[in-house]
Amino acid sequence: MASMIEVLAAVAMVLGGFFVFVAALGAVRLPDVFMRMHAATKAGTLGAGLVLLAALLVFATTAVTTKALLVFLFLLLTTPVAAHVLGRAAYYDGVELWDRTESDALKGKYDDSLVDASENDEHAS
Amino acid sequence: MTMFAVNLILAIVWALATGSLSERNLVFGFAVGMVVLHLIGAAVGDRRYVERLFRIVHLIVIFLRELVSSSVRVAGDVLRPELRMKPAVIMVPLDLTEDAHITLLANLISLTPGTLTIDVADDKSCLYVHAMYGRDPDALVDEIKRTFEERIAKAFA
Repeated sequence: MASMIEVLAAVAMVLGGFFVFVAALGAVRLPDVFMRMHAATKAGTLGAGLVLLAALLVFATTAVTTKALLVFLFLLLTTPVAAHVLGRAAYYDGVELWDRTESDALKGKYDDSLVDASENDEHAS
Repeated sequence: MTMFAVNLILAIVWALATGSLSERNLVFGFAVGMVVLHLIGAAVGDRRYVERLFRIVHLIVIFLRELVSSSVRVAGDVLRPELRMKPAVIMVPLDLTEDAHITLLANLISLTPGTLTIDVADDKSCLYVHAMYGRDPDALVDEIKRTFEERIAKAFA
């Protein structure tokens, strides 16, 4: 006879696995870099969070709870930074947006800096 | 932040004084410390410490709710056979001025599925955000400002 806690943990574990799967599927299916980043970084965070929640419920000790919360905290701290840096680098490098992208507020903002960079290179050489 | 440290120390002192270092007693000590700090807040120069603590906790709850609701939405769209998103890069004007607050806002935006901070303007006047659902940029900007920016401004004011 499974206890209430075990059922909750099982549900959290399965849901977590589902979101991690969706994240992986999204990274393959979605049409451009930025949309893939959406899927990979965030559905993944929720998925990992749910798996950690399941572990926390099953073990229910201070040591495991603290570690699970710390792992989740560090995920929350590091994933957006990685996503931001990758997204920015992709945009800076001129990666094409999906052709159905509605509007682009950044359009042209990087052109000048790219020109500047190449000019600097010429001066250096 | 200093007040939070003081509160933690009060919790430990409470636990030592009552002779039990269990989690439950530490949490209770923290709550007692909160009441004390609320009462003497004006004297130590931070009268709204408890209020701000609750606002920060509220912000965390709102964030978790957003994380779940928008993850479900993105998951639904990833699993749908045809892609119906209308992505866009939008500009979100900033009212926050401090670097730490802008960083927090940018991270919260990045962490909610469907929006991804690509860049911050050099003069810190706006964020550039890639949105998966950019059909109505004005409504999205409005939502970001209402859900996160206003609450950050209040919690850390």
